Amino acid sequence: MLGKGIALGLAETARNFFGSFFRRERLTTVQFPEERLPQIEAARNFPFLVFDGADWQQGMRCVACQICEKECPPKCILIEKSKDKKPDATGKPQFYPAVFNIDVSVCMSCQICVEVCPFDAIKMDVDFELSTHDRFGGLLWDKQRLSKSNEHYHHIHPTEAAAVDAALAAERAKLAAKAQAASTATPAASTPATAEGQA
Amino acid sequence: MSLFILHLLTSIHALAASTIGHTLLMVVPVMVVFPALFAVTTLLERKGLGRIQNRYGPNRAGPWGLLQPMADGIKALTKEDVVPEAADRLVHFCAPVLMVLSAFLVYAVVPVSRTWVVAPLRAGVLFFFAAGSLMEIAVFMAGWSSRSQYSLLGAMRALAQMISYEIPLVLSAMVAVMAAGSLSMVEIVRRQAGYTGIWPHWFVLTPWGLFGFALFLIAATAESNRCPFDLPEGESEIIAGYYIEYSGFKFALFFLAEYLGMFAISALGITLFLGGWSAPFSFLAWVPTWIWFFAKLLALIAGFIWIRGTLPRLRMDQLMRFAWEFLLPMTLCNVFVAGAWKFLPAGVLRWLGCALVLLGAYWLLGRRLEQRGGLPQRNYRFAE
Repeated sequence: MLGKGIALGLAETARNFFGSFFRRERLTTVQFPEERLPQIEAARNFPFLVFDGADWQQGMRCVACQICEKECPPKCILIEKSKDKKPDATGKPQFYPAVFNIDVSVCMSCQICVEVCPFDAIKMDVDFELSTHDRFGGLLWDKQRLSKSNEHYHHIHPTEAAAVDAALAAERAKLAAKAQAASTATPAASTPATAEGQA
Repeated sequence: MSLFILHLLTSIHALAASTIGHTLLMVVPVMVVFPALFAVTTLLERKGLGRIQNRYGPNRAGPWGLLQPMADGIKALTKEDVVPEAADRLVHFCAPVLMVLSAFLVYAVVPVSRTWVVAPLRAGVLFFFAAGSLMEIAVFMAGWSSRSQYSLLGAMRALAQMISYEIPLVLSAMVAVMAAGSLSMVEIVRRQAGYTGIWPHWFVLTPWGLFGFALFLIAATAESNRCPFDLPEGESEIIAGYYIEYSGFKFALFFLAEYLGMFAISALGITLFLGGWSAPFSFLAWVPTWIWFFAKLLALIAGFIWIRGTLPRLRMDQLMRFAWEFLLPMTLCNVFVAGAWKFLPAGVLRWLGCALVLLGAYWLLGRRLEQRGGLPQRNYRFAE
């Protein structure tokens, strides 16, 4: 009979209307600034520079190799390499970025800088509320603003950060073992040579 | 303070005594109350639609979003008024003015309460339809003067729709005029204001009144361009239809006129079928009559919002077939039944007989409408 579908539809919308007042789970809208959903671990928005230890200048992992600057698709990274070397977190003298700027308004959150970094010095942050009233200065972040501690990295991406730390520690252990082997092997190898020379 | 109030009351009394003052006291509330109701309705509509779709609706401006209409109004007032270069400037300016004018004009004959009617014309219903059809001219002026294909398409759709639905609208309103024996809206309400026991003499409680009211509401929805008959401004097809080239305050005027038109046609439906300002039960007759009028008006508005939240938009051919193949024969049948009602002896049998005739007509016409599809089944080659 004509009108049956309309009556059923009206009943359905009426059920929605009254149900939304009595059953909270019907309203799926999250009232954003007041309510927030927990972020998923793989969330990413904008890169930051990781530093070890307490001092951001002392512990900065970046050695200004400029790979990320060259790989960045929208060219939002600007790096100037330092003239001198400074000891890094492990005490080894390294170049460091005299200038490291990223333009927030240009970055497209592609994570390619993170993929190409051989030093695990740049990672993705989860903070997405980056709006500002100053669209030029406020959106051009320098290296101080970009620097965040390894603890922060552990806080936002625990699994990934643990894997990175383990890989770094393994690499350092391997280097240390190699150095150890080299320092013990060198006298043994040089002794016959000197003996031969003497002979 | 009390002296001041006394002074105020005597001056109002003196104002009411003079003819011009009396007219002002009738007109000014109409010009204030109905636009205020428009502001409230825009908010209630968005809230209601939100709840129907399991959302909250606007809740940011003020507590529970109560200041939303004010924010919308400020936005509309401060926006730039853009007139297309190729537009006919004079007609483009006149269209929204005429639209609002016609929307306000029809309130002249609406009896809001026992004493509050601006112009108690003896041919009030006729005046209502005549003044209301000015809106069609305004719509076409807007669509034509904008010199845009979208607005012209919207205007042509609006004309076709409004003229097609004017006929069932008038025919469905005719039964109330027949029963009351008068075209005066004041008289029609007075005929319904009596009681048998506690039950009122509303026309909607008779079979022809019930069918007439339902048919009237369908035609009124189409007449006021509301969902599901909002083809003239179908957003997904022609963006905003005839008022696409309007911005700022002129756009707000169209919006206002549309809602005022909806209230006016609801007021007409209330007057013709729902007993106007009269109370639903005899023991409630002590409540001020204008409260009943506005309660009924708000109930009808809620119904319109409910329909809008439920039904999708019709296609043009479906709209036309519905008007000419269902509404028109149904209203004609209703007119005959209302005529027969007058000459049959009163009683339960008359009620049941008339209801059966109308239900039979509804069933037959509805079956015909459902069986004969308008367009052949479409074969989608690439979508599946």
